[in-house]
Amino acid sequence: MTSQHESAPALPEKHYLSGAWSPQDWLLTKDHKRIGILYLVGISIFFALGGLMAVLIRMELATPSGDLMPADVYNRVFTMHGVLMVFFFLIPSIPAVLGNFLLPIMIGAKDLAFPKINLLSWYIYMIGGAMTFYGLLVGGIDTGWTFYTPLSSGYATGPVLTVAVGVFIAGFSSILTGLNFIVTIHRMRAPGLTWFRLPLFVWGHYATSIIQILGTPVVAITILLVGAERLFHIGVFDPKIGGDPILFQHLFWFYSHPAVYIMILPSMGVVSEIIAAFSRKKVFGYKFVAFASIGIAVLGFLVWGHHMFTSGQSLYAGAVFSFITMLVAVPSAIKVFNWTATLYKGAIAWDTPLLYALGFIGLFTIGGLTGVMLGTLGFDLHVHDTYFVVAHFHYVMVGGAILGFLGGLHYWWPKITGKLYNEFWSKISAGIIFIGFNLTFFPQFILGYLGMPRRYHSYPEEFQVLNILSSAGASILGIGFVIPVIYLLASLANKRYAGNNPWGAVGLEWQIPSPPPTENFETPPVVTDEPYTYPQPDEKEAPVGV
Amino acid sequence: MSENSTLAHHFDSYAQQKESASLGMWVFISQEIMFFGGLFLAYTIYRWRFPEAFAYSSNELDIGLGLFNTIVLIGSSLTMALAVRNAALGEKNGTVRNLILTMLLGSVFLVVKGFEYAHKWQHHLIPGPNFQFSGPDPVHAQLFFVLYFSMTGLHALHMIVGLGILAWLTAQAAKGRFTPENHNYVEGVGLYWHFVDIIWIFLFPLLYLFGRHHLT
Ligand SMILES: [Cu+2]
Repeated sequence: MTSQHESAPALPEKHYLSGAWSPQDWLLTKDHKRIGILYLVGISIFFALGGLMAVLIRMELATPSGDLMPADVYNRVFTMHGVLMVFFFLIPSIPAVLGNFLLPIMIGAKDLAFPKINLLSWYIYMIGGAMTFYGLLVGGIDTGWTFYTPLSSGYATGPVLTVAVGVFIAGFSSILTGLNFIVTIHRMRAPGLTWFRLPLFVWGHYATSIIQILGTPVVAITILLVGAERLFHIGVFDPKIGGDPILFQHLFWFYSHPAVYIMILPSMGVVSEIIAAFSRKKVFGYKFVAFASIGIAVLGFLVWGHHMFTSGQSLYAGAVFSFITMLVAVPSAIKVFNWTATLYKGAIAWDTPLLYALGFIGLFTIGGLTGVMLGTLGFDLHVHDTYFVVAHFHYVMVGGAILGFLGGLHYWWPKITGKLYNEFWSKISAGIIFIGFNLTFFPQFILGYLGMPRRYHSYPEEFQVLNILSSAGASILGIGFVIPVIYLLASLANKRYAGNNPWGAVGLEWQIPSPPPTENFETPPVVTDEPYTYPQPDEKEAPVGV
Repeated sequence: MSENSTLAHHFDSYAQQKESASLGMWVFISQEIMFFGGLFLAYTIYRWRFPEAFAYSSNELDIGLGLFNTIVLIGSSLTMALAVRNAALGEKNGTVRNLILTMLLGSVFLVVKGFEYAHKWQHHLIPGPNFQFSGPDPVHAQLFFVLYFSMTGLHALHMIVGLGILAWLTAQAAKGRFTPENHNYVEGVGLYWHFVDIIWIFLFPLLYLFGRHHLT
């Protein structure tokens, strides 16, 4: 361990940002840290674009009549919101930015196993994003982010082929990231870093990578077949020659259900790190939390049929999918209970990352429990394709994945940039995001329960109050997302340096300078201990039972 | 370590580099299996749903050419395996020779496949408005040919990519870039080539042979 006493932290002389700054030093870099920054720029652009679409949606829905835009335009707006947010923000967000930056450091490696493939994955991602953005510029598509056939293959108007190919291409960046992570975790660990000494962030990314490798190619071939069908006016999902559009749904959801876990598992990894660091304790039941990640990844492949309860699949299939869906709640609940147990009697430090982690636990629990409701065959038939579903998956994706991403960004920002951000504003904006989020999406549970269907630009008058609440919440949420952009960017000009370990956290990433040197470690680290070994005030055992 | 060492800076040893490269290739092949898996699933479902149309359609394929191509491709896997062995022993000339043989056999496969496609075109077996089929259930026969062209087309695309990579690999081998410590590229491409071969080993019986005996 390298713990020099640091009185006034100073920026290290040489680090990954201090090297050359010409365009090719960034655009041709093979440093996982710089590639992580490139990804951060990319996902921020697509998040802003997707957010712009969300603004238009909530403006339209502030009034019952479809007065802001015609139905056809509204269809394009919500489709592009979904496509941009799912494929170009949520899926790459934590793995490609924080995972890329931190995973090699956390396991004591100099880089990912395949640095060139890592850079390639960013280019693939940007090319896919550029094609999708072009599709948006020339009018967008109205298939919904789900690309259901025969709508997408035969009837939808607009540049469906361009956007489909964009999504197809972006899928391979996700595959390559997963490939790199799996090989890196298997082969590049520092001496002494056994599997059960790995930080839970790494376990979360390992489980995520499995899904990326086994799930993404299935949706890739599916989208390719849809594209071919659109191009040649004949294809495997075409009912005119005996093709089955339901087969498309099976293949699509075989990926797109586990895709939710591509978003949430890394986020859970982030939360585990934050909870341990800010309660100064070992994560309670480490092995259970680690295996719960793998359990969620495996079970996640067996539940896709719950998206198709109303599409005419057999009742027995529906019942089995319903049952397995509920099983996913078990590993998810294990995590929530273990985080809570970790916090119990911890020395809590109320810093911004912890606020996000606590927000995650609350919102993810609501998202998860409503997921169990939706997984129940009978209840789903009632609320299928209503705002109840919309609220549910936003609680998981925004409340889960985005809060996790922001929590992680705030936790490791001092490591990534070497600078401290404004504490006051970061806490304020965490609060604004939490309030704005709940105001936006909680009313949608009620709307859906009352029967408001999704994907329409107009609705009956009686739904207006709840919709106005939701639109007002979205405005607050929007402000909450803008404030961090300001104070995080402002922190770069800050003269206050963060020092190597501003949180007093354990973990390999906190033992090296901030920002880290290009090669990460001056001397290769040797790991001799379990993760999260925080010194306890009284060296008695951790509390057992309650 | 010498200046032109082939050990990348972020690896500690040749063994670690080699293990990483080989695991990486296996993970890549796993995703390839899932990629083709979608098509194999579609094939299975539709074959089970329209057995008659599929049996009569497969009768339109040329078993002779299919068998010839199967043998050619297995032969190319043999030369590829020999190239890997040559590289492991540091035999530059043998590596180059066997890589060229592999490319030749791969090209023969693609040319034969091209003739088969042309034949289908002449007999109006391309799905779409000009499709003509004399057997029973011509509507669903189109589905068979959609799958036939999708599956063999995607396979051929993998062959073409493979040939491109082999050309690059041959040039590298000729420059003497591969050593007994580091010939990971040769091994990786070898794995890929065998994988593409195995896909064909499944495609041939499924498309050409299966269910045919009902008709005679
Ligand atoms: Cu699902």
